Amino acid sequence: MPNVRFLLTGDTSLSAEFGNEISEEINAQIRAFTIALEKSRIGGIVELVPTYRSCMIHYDPGVVTCAALTRQLEGVLARLDSVDIPPSDVLEIPVLYGGEEMGPDLAFVAEHAGLSEQEVVDIHTSTEYLIYMLGFTPGFTYLGGMSDKLETPRLKQPRVKIPAGSVGIAGRQTGVYPIDSPGGWQLIGRTPVKMYDPGRETPILPKAGQYIKFRAIGRAEYDEIAAAAEAGSYVCRTYPRGEATK
Amino acid sequence: MSITVLNPGLLTSVQDAGRVGYQQFGVSVSGVMDPRAMKIANILVGNEDNEAVLECTMMGPQLRLDADNVIAITGGDLGPTLDNQPVENYAALAVRAGQTLRFTALRSGCRAYIAFAGGLDIPLVMDSRSTYMKAKIGGFEGRKLQKDDAIGFRAPRSSLPNLDQRRVAPEVAPQREFTVRVLMGPQDDLFTPAGIQTFLSETYTVTNEFDRMGCRMEGAVIEHISGGDIISDGIAFGAIQVPTAGKPIIMLADRQTTGGYTKIANVITADFRIIGQLKGGDRVRFVKTDIETAQAELLAEREALRRLRETLDPAPKSEPKKERGFFKNLFKK
Repeated sequence: MPNVRFLLTGDTSLSAEFGNEISEEINAQIRAFTIALEKSRIGGIVELVPTYRSCMIHYDPGVVTCAALTRQLEGVLARLDSVDIPPSDVLEIPVLYGGEEMGPDLAFVAEHAGLSEQEVVDIHTSTEYLIYMLGFTPGFTYLGGMSDKLETPRLKQPRVKIPAGSVGIAGRQTGVYPIDSPGGWQLIGRTPVKMYDPGRETPILPKAGQYIKFRAIGRAEYDEIAAAAEAGSYVCRTYPRGEATK
Repeated sequence: MSITVLNPGLLTSVQDAGRVGYQQFGVSVSGVMDPRAMKIANILVGNEDNEAVLECTMMGPQLRLDADNVIAITGGDLGPTLDNQPVENYAALAVRAGQTLRFTALRSGCRAYIAFAGGLDIPLVMDSRSTYMKAKIGGFEGRKLQKDDAIGFRAPRSSLPNLDQRRVAPEVAPQREFTVRVLMGPQDDLFTPAGIQTFLSETYTVTNEFDRMGCRMEGAVIEHISGGDIISDGIAFGAIQVPTAGKPIIMLADRQTTGGYTKIANVITADFRIIGQLKGGDRVRFVKTDIETAQAELLAEREALRRLRETLDPAPKSEPKKERGFFKNLFKK
């Protein structure tokens, strides 16, 4: 049973803190805990917000008091090992790398790393990146696992508008801009997939605890997927982690 | 359309209780800054507690009514008038097509709420009508209201039963000094005892950097043990964040879902009515309370509002309808 601290975050939520570091192991415990919490069906829980090292639990004190909830959460933790936790899904995100329009900074990232553009793409698409959490803007993923070789400083002068779907690198982080926003990441490509679509049944595609794997695509496939995404008919490929990719 | 914006005022937006269930996806909750004032406004006009209202900030809007309805204005006193005649806050008011609602002067608080009987015709986005301006989500086209915007009523009422009794004493007084109760945590253990002592004994003044995201305060430096940075975790409404510089920031409706600064304490729900009405120059003292007291206060407030509703609308139809969705969004594929 993990050593968990329950911290007060006001009178309608508390934070279950699993540790004080960014690690896949701690994040996996948080994922298991959130899945176990769902199965437990504790009355009064309103919303869960898993982050790097904690899970925030919002609840209705009219249904369950803080003390009663804490006891039930401790019970869930004690039984955590006996809960069947399915493997994480891998979400495959198609990306058109490079080019002035989609990935204007790919050349710089390659030069900075002393690699060819193709080598950057090969490295970037070879990893399954853990989604530690979402935050900052709707659908923005904090990913772990990028190769040190691709580490690149942010732009000195941030761009005023980066189109939704842009894939970038900033320091040791990589990720996708889910909505148009200003930003200073080095842009290496773009996905035609909508990470955020308010009209979709699941408005935000990625979920904490999943993994993201990028797949390099060409212009024709980009256009095809973009049209399907626009029509709402594109479904991203997902598969349980550990299963062979196609 | 049923209301037309002649002048939007400083910042007027459509808000309800906020977007619940999407914080895990990075979607800010948004919603009203003073939930109690919103609920009272809605109860006065016979709406469900969390029906969307207009939140008006400091300088209220000028609105032309294009259809009859019953409205109620609560929260801070922004000097409302109807066709240039002063009207009461915290009282239901039958308005007629062609009349103009205008706000003339800020007399107390910071934000007024206008509830419309039957609600506003604003689409639900992720189960809420709240405007989340930073991401342009929800409300009226994802933004604050502008001149010439027009919004429809969903089910307007030309009058309501017991219209004269639909009033309560105004609740936002023109005071500038407040005591706000807090629960210590989640990161109070990252401050020195002297830092905690400072936080709980000094007076903090609201700076001019206060908005729907947060309220920056000036005052004695709150001492950390070793800086104010943490590995990001979740942020609740009313969290008091203290970055390394040692000055507190109260996190409010449009706060980001996660943040990497120490949070020394969290304002209790019963005192959201105070922090939702703060403005530049207001002075605040923080006092520590305990979870049992905080939750008892929360439930007492809920019960008082339920009784108010029962008095005004005794029919059983006014029972609160839907529970917040249990894990509705959490485990969607």
